[in-house]
Amino acid sequence: MANIKTGTESQRLNFWERIYLPEIAKGLALTLRQMVKPTFTRQYPEERWEPTGSYRGRPVLVQEESGERCVACGLCSRVCPALAIEVRAAETTDDKERYPELFEINMLRCIFCGFCEEVCPEEAIVMSKDYELVYGSQEEGILGKDKLLVPVAQLQDRLEFLRQWR
Amino acid sequence: MDLTQFLIILAQAGMLVNAMLIAAAYMVLAERKIAAWIQNRVGPNRVGWWGMLQSFADVFKLYLKEDIVPAAADYKFHALAPVISIGVAITVYAVIPWSGPFVTIDGISYGLAMAPNMNIGILTVLAMTSVGVYGIALAGWSSNNKYSLMGGLRASSQMISYELSMGLAVIAVVMMSGSLNLLTIIQTQTQNGWNIFYQPLAFLIFFITALAETNRAPFDLPEAEPELVGGYHTEYSGMKFGLLYLAEYANILASSAIMATLFLGGWDLIPFLDDSAILGLAPDSLIMVLLQHGAFVTKSCMLVFVFMWIRWSLPRFRYDQLMNLGWKVLLPLALANIAITGIVLLLLN
Repeated sequence: MANIKTGTESQRLNFWERIYLPEIAKGLALTLRQMVKPTFTRQYPEERWEPTGSYRGRPVLVQEESGERCVACGLCSRVCPALAIEVRAAETTDDKERYPELFEINMLRCIFCGFCEEVCPEEAIVMSKDYELVYGSQEEGILGKDKLLVPVAQLQDRLEFLRQWR
Repeated sequence: MDLTQFLIILAQAGMLVNAMLIAAAYMVLAERKIAAWIQNRVGPNRVGWWGMLQSFADVFKLYLKEDIVPAAADYKFHALAPVISIGVAITVYAVIPWSGPFVTIDGISYGLAMAPNMNIGILTVLAMTSVGVYGIALAGWSSNNKYSLMGGLRASSQMISYELSMGLAVIAVVMMSGSLNLLTIIQTQTQNGWNIFYQPLAFLIFFITALAETNRAPFDLPEAEPELVGGYHTEYSGMKFGLLYLAEYANILASSAIMATLFLGGWDLIPFLDDSAILGLAPDSLIMVLLQHGAFVTKSCMLVFVFMWIRWSLPRFRYDQLMNLGWKVLLPLALANIAITGIVLLLLN
């Protein structure tokens, strides 16, 4: 009960608070201090942010010298909550026997949840660091194999992260 | 007045108007930079070095904008209001003594001021700022929009209330030097020390009323965006809006310059000391006059900075608080200040 205040706000003010000026001076001093503080703004197009391996950017297919790792099992397509992935399988004479004839990710639908990467048995689809996703038309937003394949060397951070934490 | 004098004054007017417009453009930039620094941001830095051309880009954009006049608006007054605002703002610049005279042609000395020696200098300023109310009130009324009308009404009531205290604060200063002439007021301060040391209360009152007269925060009720959309300029677009905006900044610079003249010793370099004797320069030499000009501009710019600093620090007043402050606090204080000044002056003489 001790912290119940009586009277109105203005009745509780003392003289110096009521003439405002000292309080105004305090406020001005505060903003002046803020003024000389350094800013942490990044000048975007010139200074780009390099995400760490834990960043979930645009999903991509891992490409090795012999071609993509993907065996077209279709699990990513099955698990995708946004129905963004379409895979059509075909046969190949390689050891892996199957490869994706068509692999499309609709970036207009992708929600960057990372389920495709989590479910993939071959570590063939991973989330990259690419966050600059701009498309001039809806058609451009549907990425085919030509845009999805990324050399494995560029994805080392993410692959290491997945091996360590998954 | 012969032709030479006329042409010189015309040239001065052209210089001053252009300088004022450029200054207003850079004040918009300064405002945005200061706002950014206070909010730990960077501010405009893309157009030109350090954002130096940002305001010009903005003005260029405003010229390209469609000039929309509401169908229900009174077209003539809608077009007239920004002209009154900017015209009045520019007129005040005629009496501001930016520098002492340094060029003599045909026996008449000229400085960077059009009519500083006008014997009703400060009265002209007060008269012109009162006319400035018409611009804003007309803008609000002719738009035929409730928000604009509320903004215009608030502006007129606020400016009329605060004008009174402003005039009374000025009277104390006028009593100190016994003249309405801005040059005489500066000379008195050069001899006796700056008025801010003798009249701190008058300075405070003048500063607060100047904030209210220029519709700056914390007195920016006429354009209180949370409640009135844009206030009196809600229905303005294109360069008409640009002119209203420009007039606001021109008024800030004008009131800062007037404050520097009345209270901070005008172009006096060091208070209580004889500047030219210390620096070893003749009082009317070109270097001395330029130094004094620099001092005057610096003082004005510092006051402009304080205006902006206050805007980004303090919240807006409520309407009843505004009226209480104006009529119940500032007016009695200003009257008491005059009485005390009068008594002290009488006793000293």
